[in-house]
Amino acid sequence: MIEAANPDSFIRIRGVSKHFGDFVAVDDINLDIQKGELFAILGGSGCGKSTLLRMLAGFEEPTSGTMEIDGVDVTRQAPYERPVNMMFQSYAIFPHMNVEKNIAYGLRKERVAANEVDERVSDVIRLVQLDDFRARKPDQLSGGQRQRVALARALIKQPKVLLLDEPLAALDKKLREHTQFELMNIQDELGITFIVVTHDQEEAMTLSTRIAVMDRGRFLQVGPPKEIYEYPKSRFVADFIGTINTFEGRVTSAGDETISVDCPDVGVEVRALCTEDVKVGQDVCVAVRPEKIFISREEPEEDEGVRVRGIVDDLGYLGNLSLYRIHLETGRMIQVSRQNRRRSHKRFVEWDDKVWLSWRPRSAMIIQGDD
Amino acid sequence: MHKGHTWERVITAIPYLWLFLFFLLPFAIILKISLADPVIAQPPFTPMFDEQGNLSVSFDSFIFLLTDKLYAITYFKSVMLAASATMLCLLLGFPMAYGIARSEPTTRSILLLLIVLPFWISFLLRVYAWMGLLNNYGVINNMLMWIGAIDQPIQFMYTDFAMLIGMTYSYLPFMVLPLYATLERMDLDLVDAAQDLGATRTGAFWDITWPLARPGVIAGCLLVFIPAMGEYVIPYLLGGGESLLIGRVLFDEFFVARDWPLASSVAIVLLLILVVPIMLLQRYQARDAENA
Amino acid sequence: MQHRSRFLLTVLSFGYAFLYIPLISVVFYSFNKSSLATVWGGFSLRWYGELFRNDQVLEALALSLQIAATSATFATILGTMAGLVLVRFGRFRGRTLFSGMIVSPLVMPEVITGLSLLLLFVSLQQLIGWPAQRGFSTITIAHTTFAMAYVAVVVQSRLTSMDESLEEAAMDLGCRPLRVLFDITLPLIVPAMVAGWLLAFTLSLDDLVIASFVSGPGGTTLPMYIFSKVKLGVTPDINALASLIILIVSVGLLLSWAAMRKRSS
Ligand SMILES: Nc1ncnc2c1ncn2[C@@H]1O[C@H](COP(=O)(O)OP(=O)(O)OP(=O)(O)O)[C@@H](O)[C@H]1O
Ligand SMILES: [Mg+2]
Repeated sequence: MIEAANPDSFIRIRGVSKHFGDFVAVDDINLDIQKGELFAILGGSGCGKSTLLRMLAGFEEPTSGTMEIDGVDVTRQAPYERPVNMMFQSYAIFPHMNVEKNIAYGLRKERVAANEVDERVSDVIRLVQLDDFRARKPDQLSGGQRQRVALARALIKQPKVLLLDEPLAALDKKLREHTQFELMNIQDELGITFIVVTHDQEEAMTLSTRIAVMDRGRFLQVGPPKEIYEYPKSRFVADFIGTINTFEGRVTSAGDETISVDCPDVGVEVRALCTEDVKVGQDVCVAVRPEKIFISREEPEEDEGVRVRGIVDDLGYLGNLSLYRIHLETGRMIQVSRQNRRRSHKRFVEWDDKVWLSWRPRSAMIIQGDD
Repeated sequence: MHKGHTWERVITAIPYLWLFLFFLLPFAIILKISLADPVIAQPPFTPMFDEQGNLSVSFDSFIFLLTDKLYAITYFKSVMLAASATMLCLLLGFPMAYGIARSEPTTRSILLLLIVLPFWISFLLRVYAWMGLLNNYGVINNMLMWIGAIDQPIQFMYTDFAMLIGMTYSYLPFMVLPLYATLERMDLDLVDAAQDLGATRTGAFWDITWPLARPGVIAGCLLVFIPAMGEYVIPYLLGGGESLLIGRVLFDEFFVARDWPLASSVAIVLLLILVVPIMLLQRYQARDAENA
Repeated sequence: MQHRSRFLLTVLSFGYAFLYIPLISVVFYSFNKSSLATVWGGFSLRWYGELFRNDQVLEALALSLQIAATSATFATILGTMAGLVLVRFGRFRGRTLFSGMIVSPLVMPEVITGLSLLLLFVSLQQLIGWPAQRGFSTITIAHTTFAMAYVAVVVQSRLTSMDESLEEAAMDLGCRPLRVLFDITLPLIVPAMVAGWLLAFTLSLDDLVIASFVSGPGGTTLPMYIFSKVKLGVTPDINALASLIILIVSVGLLLSWAAMRKRSS
């Protein structure tokens, strides 16, 4: 999984591992990040995201490997020597200092002149919209305000890299979405390289220019959100990002662009677009996202994709979307989603209705190998 | 007292009366006796109301206490010694509590157990143990003479130094435990954050750890200082005949000199000295109970 | 990190050595054959044997145990009541005085508590002729008074951390408040009461100063006996006695520690 070495990469991580006793928390990570990127590390709880971030910040020493930031090897540098600041998962706001003192702390430690400190604190307080709370103590702030103090405190030193450990995890959904855009704006304005750790795939998708999906201390896939979503390289990644229907099958014919796979679960031969190298007789996995499947009462027109019949087992109304679980004749359950474009009281289909499902070859992806 | 059920009133009244009778009332009696004059009689003090029913109070004991230089010196020395022991406990106890709070969970529970254990062993015996060490022919002198560092035993026993060691030793767990409690509660991310923002290890300690540990420091210091001020066993066993501390003076004034009014006055002045620390401690403990 | 933890390690080692070397040396010298307490004269169990033949020690121990058990029991009853009053009974007139009286014995210097109680007993004797003699009863009352404060604190913290909704649920199911107290609340705070009893028991066994004040002729507790002996210097039989106490406390504490660890894991 080593990417092509990029000569002008801003952050360069090479073969970094971290062992706690026998336990391998981070396992041989290689990564290049460009200046100004908003890079997301996505993974389940305990997969080593925080540990990787803490190594970048200098709180943990890697067991092996090296890390460079802007051409300087920082592997052995102390946290206070690195051009890196971190926003902690717990926010780690100093409880005995008010908002202003918290934010000014980093500059004070740099021995910046008092009037400049005032100026810069005011600037960043305005940036995060905390003007009315300057003198408050942390325990008099709401979760969202605290989160902004932590952000301001990390931003004020104008680090080359800002590390954010689950910055929005403690916020409610509405505030989270709002803050995501704020974060993106701030990043845009300041041009600082952001590395965001999260276990929320939606957050990773909206925020970042690139995503690394992490599991058990390793990177499974690194790429832009779209690539991760539409072209997952493994079932784990496909499953982790969004919902997906997967069917095991055996390749029956392989053309230039499309292949046919015999999937016993679906009951018919499935045609799918595939640019990768697969051989006839090989076992593969066909995966289709719920929103790529059409659902209709009448038999859809003839087309080279897939058409199967099923019965509505369950349906759920989510407002913008409706979700359906369709029981195929083979006994397999398939998830389908459909946008609610029209305002209407009447349901499009009801429980136990007989329906047709169909999707295009382009919509199905082939996942080889298995993680 | 209560608007609630009868049984609630009963349950309130029983401990209330007990404490009133055996805690509050005795203080009133001390105060009363401190305002009497000593006489050779049984009991050895003048009654508060004479035969004619006139109030007879005398401040002689207090005046004597305040004018006699010996008492001033004794109080001063008690304060100094208790304060020194408190400082020593803090100097040793803080890094210990810090080390315990930052150790692995399994090690931590063993280390804590080892701090608590002496607390359950009789105080008297722990002081006694030092007699065996500090004696002219005790373990320390024997050792020093054996390795040839000295050829005459050093006089440790019956010195202020011995009392200081004894107090530090006896009250060290009282310092370590509250310090440990605050340090253990502290979010380690805070120290990391300070370093991330440019503080060195030492800087982060003074900016973050120390101010956040202050409630523990204050509680620990008070828990050592207050009992050390009234200490009776240590001056008796480790201090010499002339190294008088207030707790021992009080005892002797009462049982040896049989001057009850004076002993009562000594107690009241001691209490006055301790009122501020005691109230501070109660405030901190109440706040701690709220936070827990 | 390395530098720092070496410093901590040094201080920790020094601190624990400071705490334990005196105890270890007492245990060591308790096996000394010589009757000069600090001159090593070979290994022997002589002083342990002498200890068990010493009637004064056994008498003092018996008295101490009786006082400790009685006062711990009273202290647990009174302290539990006080804890309940403070946590569950809400506000009432005189509550501030009450909570002040509960916590004060915890921080009061022993000499003051001792002196004030003695003066009370003397005055009472003058007024109503009781207590005719100071000893078991007066020491027990004194110990109950200061130990009940400790029990109250333990019970109080248990009650505060306890979920009040359990009691509310019982009430919701038709339990009358007094029944709730006996059926729900008390069973739940039994561990705290046991802990409080043990604490009170130990404190009573340990106390020298208060007992010395409020005791009279004939009422010699174990600490008073030990104190009268060690005032004169180090003696080998007290070394043996101290070693036995250290052993009992260590074993008891280790066992309860192990039990606690087992339960939590
Ligand atoms: N100091 C440590 N000692 C031992 N194990 C550790 C230590 N720090 C982390 N680990 C282990 O390393 C693994 C990765 O931890 P990490 O904090 O990086 O997870 P994470 O991906 O950030 O999870 P989360 O989403 O829950 O924050 C976990 O299994 C954790 O138990
Ligand atoms: Mg984490």
